[in-house]
Amino acid sequence: MNTVAPLLPPAEWRDFLALTKPRVMTLVVFTGLCGMLAAPPVNGHAVNPVIGFTAVLCIALGAGAAGALNQWYEADIDAAMRRTQRRPLPDGRMDRQAALHFGVGLAAFSVILMGLAVNLAAAAILTASILFYVLVYTVWLKRRTPQNIVIGGAAGAFPPLIGWAAATGQVAVLPVLLFLLVFLWTPPHFWALALFVETDYAAAGVPMLPVVAGEATTRRQIGLYTLPMAAAAVAPWALHLTGWLYGAVSVATTAAFAWMAWTVAARRRAGAEDAMRPEKRLFAYSILYLFVIFGALVADRWMVMP
Amino acid sequence: MTPEERDLIEGRQRARARVMALLLGALVLLIFAISIVKIKAGMGVHG
Repeated sequence: MNTVAPLLPPAEWRDFLALTKPRVMTLVVFTGLCGMLAAPPVNGHAVNPVIGFTAVLCIALGAGAAGALNQWYEADIDAAMRRTQRRPLPDGRMDRQAALHFGVGLAAFSVILMGLAVNLAAAAILTASILFYVLVYTVWLKRRTPQNIVIGGAAGAFPPLIGWAAATGQVAVLPVLLFLLVFLWTPPHFWALALFVETDYAAAGVPMLPVVAGEATTRRQIGLYTLPMAAAAVAPWALHLTGWLYGAVSVATTAAFAWMAWTVAARRRAGAEDAMRPEKRLFAYSILYLFVIFGALVADRWMVMP
Repeated sequence: MTPEERDLIEGRQRARARVMALLLGALVLLIFAISIVKIKAGMGVHG
């Protein structure tokens, strides 16, 4: 006997907005904007504000499209996790096909607008970032390997590169270092989260590191990944690509990050009632850290660098 | 379809149409502004 899925009423526009993961988009937009503002003038001209706004809009729309396609593909995982089960698809507020059409349409629109209004280099990197997040991270890696976050982190690291390319039409050493910083920041950031929502990932069958390799390994990996991340954070100053302001802020904030990561790496959970405060603190600080360090980069570029 | 269901569907359709109209209006303004910038820079939209 054929079963027919019940016909859903049209989704609310707020549900389409929720598909784009607006909170994640905040950080993506901010790092993309900072990448653009940190770029040097081309032929003595800074990027035109209208073109700059369009570039940031395209980065936001591209990130939103990738988020929508991620939710379209992962509706089953989202339904199994407390943190995500109220999203539009697992909650039954939206038809899956509507999410797919929305995601593909938004992705195409963001890339075409970037290519026509800004430049082809920025459009090409935006395309790569969307495809990487959807195909490499969501479809290929996330359900298969505990390294999902490590390699998938590249997807979230593209925005500073896109912002820089939007302003200059090319890629240079500094935005590549910014890419590396976000890429290497992602594992400690997400593994700190995974430590205190471990049971949710286990219930959904996602091979996050704490689920597959255990808590001790995850803590050690958080500590290990913090070392190259710290090097990438300080490298722009060490290589004389930024001034003293970025140097001072990056050294101070990265030292605080490293200390918090060390407290997480060195401790053991004190039983089932452990409130996991150091892990929650590292997760919260890691978000603030990225905002502060990118903000310092822009301040340095506009106030200190010649 | 009950009257309540019809009201729900029509309400959502109206809200979505309003949001879409706002977005399209914003897009028109953006394309206009981009065109002006490109013309001032001495190049066409296709670069």
